[in-house]
Amino acid sequence: MALTPVITAHWDESDSHTLAGYRRHGGYTALPEALAKAPDEVIGIVKETGLRGRGGAGFPTGLKWSFVPQGDGRPHYLVVNADESEPGACKDIPIMLANPQALVEGVIITAYAIRASHAFIYIRGEVPHAIRRVMAAVRDAYANGYAGKNVLGSGFDVEVVVHAGAGAYICGEETALLDSLEGRRGQPRLKPPFPAVAGLYAAPTVINNVETICNIPAIINNGVDWFRSFGTEKSPGFKVFAVSGHVNRPGIYEAPLGITMRELLEHAGGMRGDRPVKFWLPGGSSVPMLTAEHLDLPLTYEDIAGAGSMLGTGTPMLFDDTTSIVRAVTGWLEFYKHESCGKCTPCREGTYWIVDVLKRFRAGLGTPEDLPMLEDICTQIAGRSFCALGDAAATPFPAAMKYFASEFADCTRAAADELFDPVAATVFSGAQSR
Amino acid sequence: MTVTTNSAANVPAVPTDGVTLTVDGRPISVPKGTLVIRAAELLGIEIPRFCDHPLLEPVAACRMCLVEIGGQPKPQPACAVTVSDGMSVLTQAGSEMAETAQRGVLEFLLINHPLDCPVCDKGGECPLQNQSLSHGRGESRFDGPKRTFEKPISVSAQVLLDRERCVSCARCTRFAEQIAGDPFISLQERGSEQQVNIGAETFDSYFSGNVIQICPVGALTSARYRFRSRPFDLVSVTTMCEHCASGCELRTDFRGNTILRRQAGDAPEVNEEWNCDKGRFAFSYVSEGRLSGPLVRDDAGNLVAASWPEAISIAAAGLAAANGRVGVLTGGRLSTDDALTYSRFARVVLGTDDVDFRSRVSSAEEADFLAAAVAGTGLGVTYRDLEKAPAVLLVDFEPEDESPIVFLRLRKAVLGGRTKVLSIAPFTSDGLAKLDGTLFRAIPGDEATTLDSLAEDPTAAALHETGAVILIGERLAAVPGGFTAALRLAAATGARFAWVPRRAGERGALDAGLLPGLLPGGRPLSDPTARAELAAVWGVDASELPTTPGRDLVAQVADIRRHATEIAEGLESEAPVGALLIAGVSPGDLADPAAFRAALAAAPFIVSIETRHTEITEAADVVFPVAAIPERAGGFVNWEGRERPFAAVLATNGQLTDARVLTVLAEELGHRLGGANAPTVAWHGTRVPAPDVAPIDSPAVSSGQARLAGWRQLLDAGTLQEGEPFLAATARPAVARMNSATAEANGLVAHELVILSAGAGSITLPLELADLPDDVVWVPLNSREFAVTDVFGRAGAPGSAVRLTPGGAA
Repeated sequence: MALTPVITAHWDESDSHTLAGYRRHGGYTALPEALAKAPDEVIGIVKETGLRGRGGAGFPTGLKWSFVPQGDGRPHYLVVNADESEPGACKDIPIMLANPQALVEGVIITAYAIRASHAFIYIRGEVPHAIRRVMAAVRDAYANGYAGKNVLGSGFDVEVVVHAGAGAYICGEETALLDSLEGRRGQPRLKPPFPAVAGLYAAPTVINNVETICNIPAIINNGVDWFRSFGTEKSPGFKVFAVSGHVNRPGIYEAPLGITMRELLEHAGGMRGDRPVKFWLPGGSSVPMLTAEHLDLPLTYEDIAGAGSMLGTGTPMLFDDTTSIVRAVTGWLEFYKHESCGKCTPCREGTYWIVDVLKRFRAGLGTPEDLPMLEDICTQIAGRSFCALGDAAATPFPAAMKYFASEFADCTRAAADELFDPVAATVFSGAQSR
Repeated sequence: MTVTTNSAANVPAVPTDGVTLTVDGRPISVPKGTLVIRAAELLGIEIPRFCDHPLLEPVAACRMCLVEIGGQPKPQPACAVTVSDGMSVLTQAGSEMAETAQRGVLEFLLINHPLDCPVCDKGGECPLQNQSLSHGRGESRFDGPKRTFEKPISVSAQVLLDRERCVSCARCTRFAEQIAGDPFISLQERGSEQQVNIGAETFDSYFSGNVIQICPVGALTSARYRFRSRPFDLVSVTTMCEHCASGCELRTDFRGNTILRRQAGDAPEVNEEWNCDKGRFAFSYVSEGRLSGPLVRDDAGNLVAASWPEAISIAAAGLAAANGRVGVLTGGRLSTDDALTYSRFARVVLGTDDVDFRSRVSSAEEADFLAAAVAGTGLGVTYRDLEKAPAVLLVDFEPEDESPIVFLRLRKAVLGGRTKVLSIAPFTSDGLAKLDGTLFRAIPGDEATTLDSLAEDPTAAALHETGAVILIGERLAAVPGGFTAALRLAAATGARFAWVPRRAGERGALDAGLLPGLLPGGRPLSDPTARAELAAVWGVDASELPTTPGRDLVAQVADIRRHATEIAEGLESEAPVGALLIAGVSPGDLADPAAFRAALAAAPFIVSIETRHTEITEAADVVFPVAAIPERAGGFVNWEGRERPFAAVLATNGQLTDARVLTVLAEELGHRLGGANAPTVAWHGTRVPAPDVAPIDSPAVSSGQARLAGWRQLLDAGTLQEGEPFLAATARPAVARMNSATAEANGLVAHELVILSAGAGSITLPLELADLPDDVVWVPLNSREFAVTDVFGRAGAPGSAVRLTPGGAA
């Protein structure tokens, strides 16, 4: 299946991030078209496209917009989740670097559709280069009458605010993001009420991912049928896939949903040194790993779920046979332990405990009895934590045990670094042929 | 126990729009919006929990209360899920999913817990301990290193925090934010490093002790109680707080004959499950400076120990010699039954109506207001009424300092979005700011004018709505025309009103008729029917009761001093007061301490009935020791008019109750005080007429002067706070407040010192700026450093002029 660059179409041009570069390829033509329609019509179009949220959960975007109560006389807010922090996920930050104008145009159209007069773009604080580009794009929008009072003479007012986070994975969780945006400590909120009813400042709020919003101008310009000509019935459209790991050409590949991992891997130049795929994760460290036998699965929400994993952010990480599964899982869990917000017991204490035990395995000091205990600890976290971060933390170990139990058993006798040379596993070690 | 469960009184009866669900197969109907955990409690099914507290917003953080809810694949937190019709809930008793989830959470909670139960204050009454036993694993599988923190740290002088024991349930931080409004304590850091901590400031709150009580583990402990006792060695008694008129129910824990600690009781109609730090920590006074036996003055003028019969006989003779000209002055510590006995003793035994319970600033207008509109009216405006009121106007009343539970209930009402708080005060206090209140700024002494302006003021329009309430503080007694104007405003707006005195015994003493011209139950002394009712109950002939209203404290003092002057001038003069019977009065609390002290010196004979050595006992001819509140059963009437009965906690060391001393004295004087002290039926006859006093304009102040404003702060030099250094250390520092224009005009600089002087007295305080009117200076009236009336005498009355001079750097 061929690549279909839309959001990424002009990234090879040096000025793709500028207003001029964006306009050269039809930038800001969708906005007047959207403003000419009634807001509900815009929502209807997005609903018909079947666009699903690109942040990981895949919730239908148009449906989410329609949850916002209309004509309620209260302020509405649009919040863009640009806190991309998932290990392995690297698509929103490149989008903001190379095509921030599309994000801003999408934000303004979306705000119009959901009748929000304020939009916030919450960007993780560690990426000042992306923040600078988005802020420049927002300035361009104000300077050209796309944002601010009376957008393009339509009578629609919108303020667009770029907000930098302070470096917490939990703030990618939408309600923690809202707390953080309000100036509180970022911790997830109790739901209900859901953000569509009481979100930012307790007002109806839509929270969308960067990539989701970037789809909107193209959808307005090209229509429902065009969008649905990509992808599958249940996963329509195209996706910005960020392929990373032991591949020859890691990077961004925009392709229709439904492309297989094997096809995508070919676009990425195959595995380094033609080494075999040991395991891969379709969308960040929070989704269960798959193996080489799953490479022909179409990358759609439904097919990946059918194989027991999740498409997630659509940012596949591939690992070859130099990788120690014990080392990889320990690394991810150290991340979750570090990023656990502390609010609920299972995630706060469970990640502390798992890391303690996994580090022993990594050092070759695990015991056979530890393995069922670790699985039990993960069971005690999954489905019992406050938010999905706990579920995510409880994912890697059981998934790894499903395919690589023997490697954990080996680590009751030898350290992971003795079993798998850590240098060989690094991407810097060069493509080593078998 | 700190396991908090909703008492039945908090849950309305099953309503018509009820929701029916089953918990472990047992059906129950509850109001819409009820949380699953509450529904289970109503069935007597206990779901273990840590973060859940019925008076705090749910957070679902600890995950201890996970239960299986029909149809849902994952266990759900019972503390955060509301019931729905047909819902089927299975708790740990009936669901393996719930049981394993709870066991897992407990195992997690213990991996980083120090398990130092043998040295932990909470051991023996600890929800973590109890629930580990009932719902946890026998042994932990965790064998790694535990997370450690420095321990303990002081979050305030009286609250210590052991972060290693903390389970991050956020009860304390939610209490600070949602209930007290003092968010100085918060969760910080994240993951397993998450901890409760303070910032640059300490946890500054009048309600800080509550966090110790609601902590479900031993993380928050009390400096006062730490390492003093084990809960299973304590005996618990339900008692009432003696510190103010809020009427808090308490649980007092004692061992042997010593109180070890006090906690808030569960009184949904009154203090809910909270109390203030004064009520919680100030109980050491019981053993401070106590009188152990009767004292009499010997021929050399020294007070010496005497036997009870000897003291009784001397006191009786002295009182009899006064021949009806006895002043009976009582303070705020009296239990209602004691107050009634004083009232009866004065009228029946002494034949006097010279009675006054107001050992504070008072006025004749106030006495008329109380007799006309408050005495014997029973339960009036209630805490629940405050919660429902569209508007509550505070008149010379600072609830956070003067009745802290009123403050908490008002804050709850305001946060609930129903209630608007208005306040006639000199400035926006911290307390008013926490109530999001509207200030009607008044120069001290001008409150009557402000009251009159509110009837037509659009910003006070909510006072006209049904259910609006006016809360009148006792300080209004210092304002001529104040009570008259308050009644006028109530009539004009239709608002209900209540009088909120500071002390626990005031309302009971008022109901007992300890005012000139007032008999028990609001009966006017001048009314023959009223006199006859009392005579029947008291077992005397109505003709034996006084018929003309007597003198209040101020009039008695004036008469004694006038007589003394006349004698000194060689004039012939009959003693207007032959003897004083004084109980619980501190001269420093009065408007003119010097005058009272002079009257004490001039009074022919003084009987003092007191718990401890005081200025009065030093001046008395006979002193009787009596039991303090924790040593006796009795009751108070709180500001609502609600009876607050209490049991004895400690045994006395030979001291009797005031009533018993009076009964013995009465017998010595030929009267039997048996039977009831007051009629059981309410008075429906004519009442004392309401006051009609015109406001007077406050005199202008000259350059270099300012008018004095102030009130007593919750934690101050009050005698019942003695012996409690940890509590005293949390008192708000004494400062003088004025606006920036006044400071500038007088050459004063914020945070530097200002010297206030009047007459011979002066006080020096750091200056803070606040939104006071021009030429007004606010000071705390009875801080630990000074009592304003003691320093300034009469010139210390609110509204009086004081000179301002710069005092240099603080």
